[in-house]
Amino acid sequence: MNGQWYDAEAGPLVRPYAMTGGRTKPGPHGVRFDLIALVAVDPQGGADEEAESLLGPEHRALLGLCRSETQSVAELAADADLPVGVVRVLLGDLLEGGHVKVSRPVPPAQLPDERILREVIEGLRAL
Amino acid sequence: MGQHDNRTFGSAGSAGRAGDADTEADAGAPDAEPGTVEEDGELAALALKILVAGGFGVGKTTLVGAVSEIRPLRTEEQLSEAGELVDDTDGVDHKTTTTVAMDFGRITIRSGLSLYLFGTPGQDRFWFLWDELSTGALGAVVLADTRRLEDCFPAVDYFEHRRIPFVVAVNCFTEARRYGAHDVSRALDLEQGTPVVLCDARDRDSGKEVLIRLVEYAGRVHTARLLDSVGPQAGSG
Repeated sequence: MNGQWYDAEAGPLVRPYAMTGGRTKPGPHGVRFDLIALVAVDPQGGADEEAESLLGPEHRALLGLCRSETQSVAELAADADLPVGVVRVLLGDLLEGGHVKVSRPVPPAQLPDERILREVIEGLRAL
Repeated sequence: MGQHDNRTFGSAGSAGRAGDADTEADAGAPDAEPGTVEEDGELAALALKILVAGGFGVGKTTLVGAVSEIRPLRTEEQLSEAGELVDDTDGVDHKTTTTVAMDFGRITIRSGLSLYLFGTPGQDRFWFLWDELSTGALGAVVLADTRRLEDCFPAVDYFEHRRIPFVVAVNCFTEARRYGAHDVSRALDLEQGTPVVLCDARDRDSGKEVLIRLVEYAGRVHTARLLDSVGPQAGSG
């Protein structure tokens, strides 16, 4: 995205939801991905190269980002420079196509395992 | 593995699994159902969410940036009724979404364990975004400026109401008069036990200390709730 003649102030040249064919919600399963849901490429998802070649550029951009590392929905949106809502729809497509798998964040009720929290605290100290 | 759609979302996907009547006995332990992420070795990564809230210009972005690699995040949100009160949309048909920018940063504790920080949008009109942000959050940092303490009232109210563990971090601006943690705690009428930390949001070590205090506190709150939920006889075991 470097070297473009317009800047962010100009607003998007393509209306965000044009990339999703006007859809604002991930379809039919209707799952709303949490911002910190983790997305990884699903090697056993059943999507082959042919299926991938049919994807649009934004879908492929997201897939490329996941390929380098498991990423959260928030990171994907920031790295792809797309609004979160758009990324959610696109991820829904990728999930249905068997390209990616998405983890559910840990439900709050079972959140802090003491061992994990201690690990977090030690990790923060060591930063 | 072809059933990825059901498999990856424990509760969301289970609605579609009509043939699962025989597992009803497990209803008390929904997290044990096959298909939860935790059983999938490859995706057993853990992400924890911490919110950074507070009034406009209190240093939320500074704090997130001091302890993590910060990135701007754009959301296109449906305008809620709350937003419509502020946004005069008369005569602007179909203007139903608005772009909200917020900060977020990631701290990698180790491979497979990351902390995500979200700077909540400061303006009141974006309250509706908080609900999503706070879902599943480990806890929150409410940044306060003693010269404008009232700016953090809404955040304090919000987290107390939702029972989300939070610490109040007083960003000690150089030109501000210093108050003790106790004074701030009293001025904010905090619930007993809510930590108040004096900090310098620009300073990495100071920011780390705030997060450590929050994680410690969130752990204590959570443990206490667990004990409450199993009842008074829990102490005998």
